[in-house]
Amino acid sequence: MSGNHESAVRDPLILGNKTYHQMTEEICRPIEGKANKYWWVSFIIAFTTMIWGITCLSYTIGTGIGSWGANKTVGWAWDITNFVWWIGIGHAGTLISAILLLFRQRWRMSINRSAEAMTIFAVVCAGLFPLFHTGRPWLDYWMLPLPNQFGSLWVNFNSPLLWDVFAISTYFSVSLVFWYLGLLPDLATVRDRCVNPTKRFIYGLLSFGWKGTARDWHRFEEVSLVLAGLSTPLVLSVHTIVSFDFATSIVPGWHTTIFPPYFVAGAIFSGFAMVLTLMIIARKVLNLEEYITNQHIELMNKIIILTGSIVGVAYITEFFIAWYSGVQYESYAFQNRAFGPYWWAYWSMMTCNVITPQLFWFKKIRTSVMATFVISIFVNIGMWFERFVIIVTSLHRDYLPSSWVMYSPTYIEVGIFVGTIGLFFTLFLIFSRVFPVIALAELKSIMKKVSTQYKKKGIL
Amino acid sequence: MDRKYELTKNNKMVPLVMMAIGVVAIVMGFMSDSTRTWATLLQNNFYFTAMALAGTFFVAFNYVAQAGWAVGIKRVPEAMGGFLKYGMAGMILIFIFGHHDLYLWTHAELYDKASPEYDAILAGKSGFLNLPFYIVRIVAYALIWIGFTMALRKHSLAEDQDGNIEHYKRSVVLSAIFIVFFAVTSSTSAWDFLMSIDAHWFSTLYGWYTFAGLFVSGLAMMALFVLYLRGRGYMNHINENHLHDVGKFMFAFSVFWTYLWFSQFMLIWYANLPEEVVYYQLRWEQFRTLWVANLLINFCAPFLILMTRDAKRQEGILWVGGIIIILGHWLDVFMMVTPGIMGKDWHLGFIEFGTMIGYLGLFFWSTLRELSQATLVPKHHPMLQESLHHHI
Repeated sequence: MSGNHESAVRDPLILGNKTYHQMTEEICRPIEGKANKYWWVSFIIAFTTMIWGITCLSYTIGTGIGSWGANKTVGWAWDITNFVWWIGIGHAGTLISAILLLFRQRWRMSINRSAEAMTIFAVVCAGLFPLFHTGRPWLDYWMLPLPNQFGSLWVNFNSPLLWDVFAISTYFSVSLVFWYLGLLPDLATVRDRCVNPTKRFIYGLLSFGWKGTARDWHRFEEVSLVLAGLSTPLVLSVHTIVSFDFATSIVPGWHTTIFPPYFVAGAIFSGFAMVLTLMIIARKVLNLEEYITNQHIELMNKIIILTGSIVGVAYITEFFIAWYSGVQYESYAFQNRAFGPYWWAYWSMMTCNVITPQLFWFKKIRTSVMATFVISIFVNIGMWFERFVIIVTSLHRDYLPSSWVMYSPTYIEVGIFVGTIGLFFTLFLIFSRVFPVIALAELKSIMKKVSTQYKKKGIL
Repeated sequence: MDRKYELTKNNKMVPLVMMAIGVVAIVMGFMSDSTRTWATLLQNNFYFTAMALAGTFFVAFNYVAQAGWAVGIKRVPEAMGGFLKYGMAGMILIFIFGHHDLYLWTHAELYDKASPEYDAILAGKSGFLNLPFYIVRIVAYALIWIGFTMALRKHSLAEDQDGNIEHYKRSVVLSAIFIVFFAVTSSTSAWDFLMSIDAHWFSTLYGWYTFAGLFVSGLAMMALFVLYLRGRGYMNHINENHLHDVGKFMFAFSVFWTYLWFSQFMLIWYANLPEEVVYYQLRWEQFRTLWVANLLINFCAPFLILMTRDAKRQEGILWVGGIIIILGHWLDVFMMVTPGIMGKDWHLGFIEFGTMIGYLGLFFWSTLRELSQATLVPKHHPMLQESLHHHI
């Protein structure tokens, strides 16, 4: 495209009159300098939490999953709730890197690197739960379709749990490759700026000898496009298959046809909330407010309203159809959610997921960084409760009233969950010190279209 | 820039001839089998109304999403929305005169405990499925959809005259409100118009499934109008880059429709609950060929035809893809409407196809007339330059 035809009604996406060199300096600064006080404080908190999680996990491995609160009726509880929650959080990264790429949303370039990193870390956290809930994690390879002489039995291809194994591992590998590919030119930039020869050697290895020649770029773009094409169906398929874990059953409250797209929308909703939580902190701590601007936050908030409302419509649809179906088990499952013993979980979910995001209709709120931060935490909590509500309230009172029980977690389970949050932040904090958190090469490519000084020179 | 579409003699005659064919088909239908005719009227009327609604939805979400590229073709979906007033009048009339043939739940004896016909399940739904509330709902849909369509059109035309940026800002707000209403009414109207035909059956995904179908067929219709106008020497500001984007939308939402088709079918098939599986049982047993054809035409064909970049940038291929999608989703709506009304006594003949041709004629007549009433370029739209210099 020659000339700048971008409409004047669009706000700039890079503030301050940046030059290319300045962008390199500012984005590489967190890697090249020493970590500041905030970083160390957050790191120590995150790391300690992670250690606590490892302790609880070790206890579980030693004693078995009897150390958890799950029982005969509620056989699935915190483990799968946390698993679905973490997988969902990962979705924003894939959506930003694949679908927003297809929609040519330029604002994605300031946030895609961190969001993709977040995806990978979230999938790592999620993966722990299915691996350890088996009770004997050393036999986890039985989940793979291996011939019987390995000690396992041939897997059941009719089971959505097996589909999960494939879905999650595909998701993890494609996300990792996509993220790492995007890093190559930026790692080369870091390499070329390194003073210390050891560091230079390491970044040299990590950048796969990127030279920045026309051929390098050509191949880079070809592969990016192929990976974006692969990732787009993944955004939908991963959470669709997660939803099948529930929806293929005949448990009231689980078996409902809206689950696949509704889980996908919920996943993107929670993912964006987590991106906001992280980015609002990161832009402050790393001094990146001119790259991750209020405009970025407002746009993400709009996605929060959209996906939050889709989820809201789905809740209401489920509730309505439960009544409309005339099936007494369905109707009871939903009454029990809202007014049964777990009413507090249901109403926490409704408040956090349906009501709070609607506040973003007010421009004042969706452009306020503080308000956004608070609401993003609300959404994170609400989406956790959503999975808890779906899983526990549907199971604890099933078809056989003599088996009705309550479920409450043990401190071991809580510890593992809190530990994964520690793991997530530990990984993210390390990431922010070793890799450029903004896709530098990509952002430079749009600088002359979207930055303040060039927008002023534009036609309009 | 200021060029308007001029209605030629042919543009007036061809739709009129098509409508005449439709009238003949409908009259013949009522003389032979009135239930069958009501069913085909409902199917066609719903289908073309849905495409018109997709036009308004397209305009609205492009405002909200700040999409620049689509400004150049905006007048086409805007004009498609003009059909809504005829379509919704049709929906209301068809319900008033045909409800006994179309909707089992409208029969009073089902709710009479003394009657042998008493149906406890339908009686349980009567808080929602009853005549007064139903009519209130469909009138509300008509008012909301037509109201927003007209308001958006009004601002769009006023912007041409005075170039005031306020029209753009107001349109963004109107579009956001419309989308909120659309999010609810697209689902509830699907339950009302279509799902309540199979009154005992239910599926939570039904509303979104219907939405996916109406959106992709609306996109295909929009593409065909753009191609037609270009073929007539209009819309020279639209090039293969814009067509590429329209093609991507058609491709993506064909896949999305298939995704929802599969989700709904697979979950019901897997769980195999009698109250749910009847829906597919009837279609599998009595409509097997069409049931399979539906998936082949609406998934395999657009998927293979529109997959490559080059395909989406060629007018000829888009014509083929668009026509297949429009016919394919006509069949999909047929599969949603007819089995519940006609059961195993269904037909697919002159009455059905003739009615479709008649509705197509009415849709062409309405849309071309709307197109001729404004310039084809919204010349003061603040993102027009982005669209004129669109390059991918």
